[in-house]
Amino acid sequence: MATTKTNHQQETLEAVIIRFVGDSGDGMQLTGTQFSDTSAMFGNDIATFPNYPAEIRAPQGSLYGVSGFQVHIGSVEISTPGDEVDLLVAMNPAGLKTNLHAVKPGHTIIVDTDAFTKKNLEKAQYESNPLEDGSLENYQVIEVTMTSLTKETLKDVEGLDNKSITRSKNMFALGMVYWMYDRSTDHTIDFFKKKFSSKPHLIEANTKVLNTGYYFAETLELIPNSYTVAPAKMASGTYRIIMGNTATAWGFLAASEKCGLDLFLGSYPITPASDILHELAKHQHFGVKTFQAEDEIAGITSAIGASFAGSLALTTTSGPGLALKGEALGLAMMIEMPLVVVNVQRGGPSTGLPTKTEQSDLLQTLYGRNGESPIIVIAASTPSNCFDFAYEASKLTLEYMTPVVLLTDGYIANGSAPWKIKSVKDMPEINNNIIQVAKENWHPYDRDEKTLARSWALPGTPGLEHRVGGLEKDRVSGNVSYVPDNHEYMVNIRAEKIKRAQNSIPELVPEFADEGDLLVIGWGGTYGSLYSSIKHLREEGIKTIGFAHFNYINPLPKNTVEVLKRFKKIVVCELNSGQFAKVLKLNFNDFDILQFNKIQGLPFGNEELVQKFKQLLK
Amino acid sequence: MDTTVEKKYTFKDFSSDQEVRWCPGCDDYVILRAMQKALPEMGVKKEDVVFISGIGCSSRFPYYMDTYGMHSIHGRAPAIATGTKLANPDLSVWVITGDGDSMAIGGNHFIHALRRNVDLNIILFNNEIYGLTKGQFSPTSVVGQKTKSSPYGNTQPPFSAGELAIGAQARFFARIGGNTPKEMTQLFIEAEKFKGTSLIEVMQNCPIFNDGCYDEFTDKAVRADKQLFVEHGKPMVFGKERDKGLVLKGLKLEVVTIGENGVTEDDILVHDAKEPDPTLHQMLVRMYYPKVTGIIRSFDDVTLEERKNDQIGAVKANSKFSVTDDLFFSGDTYEVE
Repeated sequence: MATTKTNHQQETLEAVIIRFVGDSGDGMQLTGTQFSDTSAMFGNDIATFPNYPAEIRAPQGSLYGVSGFQVHIGSVEISTPGDEVDLLVAMNPAGLKTNLHAVKPGHTIIVDTDAFTKKNLEKAQYESNPLEDGSLENYQVIEVTMTSLTKETLKDVEGLDNKSITRSKNMFALGMVYWMYDRSTDHTIDFFKKKFSSKPHLIEANTKVLNTGYYFAETLELIPNSYTVAPAKMASGTYRIIMGNTATAWGFLAASEKCGLDLFLGSYPITPASDILHELAKHQHFGVKTFQAEDEIAGITSAIGASFAGSLALTTTSGPGLALKGEALGLAMMIEMPLVVVNVQRGGPSTGLPTKTEQSDLLQTLYGRNGESPIIVIAASTPSNCFDFAYEASKLTLEYMTPVVLLTDGYIANGSAPWKIKSVKDMPEINNNIIQVAKENWHPYDRDEKTLARSWALPGTPGLEHRVGGLEKDRVSGNVSYVPDNHEYMVNIRAEKIKRAQNSIPELVPEFADEGDLLVIGWGGTYGSLYSSIKHLREEGIKTIGFAHFNYINPLPKNTVEVLKRFKKIVVCELNSGQFAKVLKLNFNDFDILQFNKIQGLPFGNEELVQKFKQLLK
Repeated sequence: MDTTVEKKYTFKDFSSDQEVRWCPGCDDYVILRAMQKALPEMGVKKEDVVFISGIGCSSRFPYYMDTYGMHSIHGRAPAIATGTKLANPDLSVWVITGDGDSMAIGGNHFIHALRRNVDLNIILFNNEIYGLTKGQFSPTSVVGQKTKSSPYGNTQPPFSAGELAIGAQARFFARIGGNTPKEMTQLFIEAEKFKGTSLIEVMQNCPIFNDGCYDEFTDKAVRADKQLFVEHGKPMVFGKERDKGLVLKGLKLEVVTIGENGVTEDDILVHDAKEPDPTLHQMLVRMYYPKVTGIIRSFDDVTLEERKNDQIGAVKANSKFSVTDDLFFSGDTYEVE
């Protein structure tokens, strides 16, 4: 590939946001992933977010069938996929119509004019062609007959049907964008070689289209500049781009290797959690057993059964599935069995917004069981730290003999970011409470003095035969007990055990300021949005704003109250109607806790946060 | 794992120190004792035995066995047991369930366990009533049965456990009366020997809420004439005089008398429990008279854990990954200086 540049000007940018949109069959996810991977390998910091319809193949050209992929690359720290875009690549009218609002005025739109047919314009509910009626005059529109050019490029390649020809037009678009942002096509060509190793004609076709797009952009006078985004300053090391759900799955693989217990996943498919099942199902070489169950309940109960037999057991789900698992989660709490439940939250209630993000399962997770049934609840906050919190969930469940729910959400689960790869040897030790050899007077509810975790005897161990179950247990023998005082004692000690987990979790460290006028509180997947908007304010010179983000929800970090005390105002920002705010108010009623909530199935935008914080600082 | 058993057990080794709290006269006592007598004959180590139950009278069973056990939640025992067996295939895993537990609230787990053929032994205590909740009709109660929740008679047609199970691809199905401990003990031993999901339906009398519901088949006075106890490879003969038997007429089973109308013992059908085609087994299960007991179906097939372990073995043998570092550092990684 030629590397010489023509005499186009090259401009250096700190960060760029690009969105690729088209029909759900147009390959936009692949196009976006290729661009982000290439940029990451070039050294940019990145964040990506896919946005696709719930329908697998929605009718072609329809507004609700639009699939998109947004990527934010920078030479500076990138913590969100970004809000408004610098470049929109729209493969059809429906994509343009549904995404135009996100383009910064004056910025660039690339369209495939071949897709702007009468029929497609009608499907997108355009009364007139936006390319002709002047409605795009505030943007810099680059019109390309992409489908025709792709067909022309491929006319001599043998063995291609019409469908594969039109389907490769996304690579034309990618080629253009590679040139515009001064990226090499090498990574993508390598990708073709691997993906189509048995179909050389497809390697040839895709490479040709990609290169044609690249050269087309270079020679096209419509494109005034090409841009460059320099590598970001990141900690040195080996990196890869990782999606949140993959990071979650890998965190469990790492924990299983570290603790020496086989990993068992019982799960029932549900959006947006299924990718964790898919990922773990690939890794049987590590002895992982995945069991696709007949329903959500069998997903969790098979995991409880596997845990009983001594596996590191987990179940994965999303909101509605967690509701179904409630009774079994109570059983795991009652028999004090290790079990990790991952809830990749989505928009609720009921079926809600399956492909959109929300943080509205917090109260369900904390309280959605019969009786007094406290469990440990933690939340990951970025795509890459899903790895750390999956690992942490495994560590806590084994060390405290209690179920742990790990909350993520659709936004971080499907988003991807650079991950500085961690090796299992650098991860913290994981202890367990397994008793290997029988001893006199052993009882299944004998507890560790420090953690209050009960002793764990596995079937197959001679002399430790015992029964567990959902009925209340005698505090000493573990036999069924209806004694009133004993019940109260057991309820209290199970709660106390969860509280003791405070000793194993880190203290809360506010970012940006230790004290000041405003403390912004967040939890879980909103970290990136909150962080970047506060950083934005700091850059404007506002220094009295601090940021406390919670990864540990139950128990809360020990020093939470000390952190709250040091700020004049506190605002809790979350993608629900105020669930974590409720939890904080319940725990710390001395504070006036303000709320900022959004319940639109969308992440927070930078602008709305900045406005809100400025208003609170007045 | 070393499966040879040096220690000789007696039924006492399997009795826990917990006081048994079923109603006096309940067949559950018979089942408990039959199990405690069967286990020493099975050649399994006590520490490898696991009983997992759901909710209901029968589900108290694990508390009375001095083995590993879990009294879980309503209907879910087959799913829990599936996880236990998959995680450690060396264990002998038993599911204790009732008609409501397995065929109402837990119907889904029950049929899927049978379909998958995990090597579990499921003992179904079928008393055609809800006992622990004090007398409502169950999914096996007959139409017209008056219960607390059907004071004018049950309007819901019942499941036949065997029909449902074989329809769900059960490889092993046996049925036995709750008052025949000797045969029951033997069936438990056979169920353990069988590799795959074994289902044993016990026609269990509830003396409080559904007393006598099986008397017409199980009463000592009529048992020989009303029950056909089948054995693989033997002609299906029954009756006090051993003079009755089954023949196939068209698509129906028919009871004939040996010595009448020229019928000889050679005309009687020979039971083939190992036949993969379930047609005849279904017909036997459906018969009202005689009530067919014994091992009706016992068809050897690959178990789920065998399939899974074979797959894991093959994947491991061909994998370039042995530790997670191999995976994490594979593929598209890049260096930041």
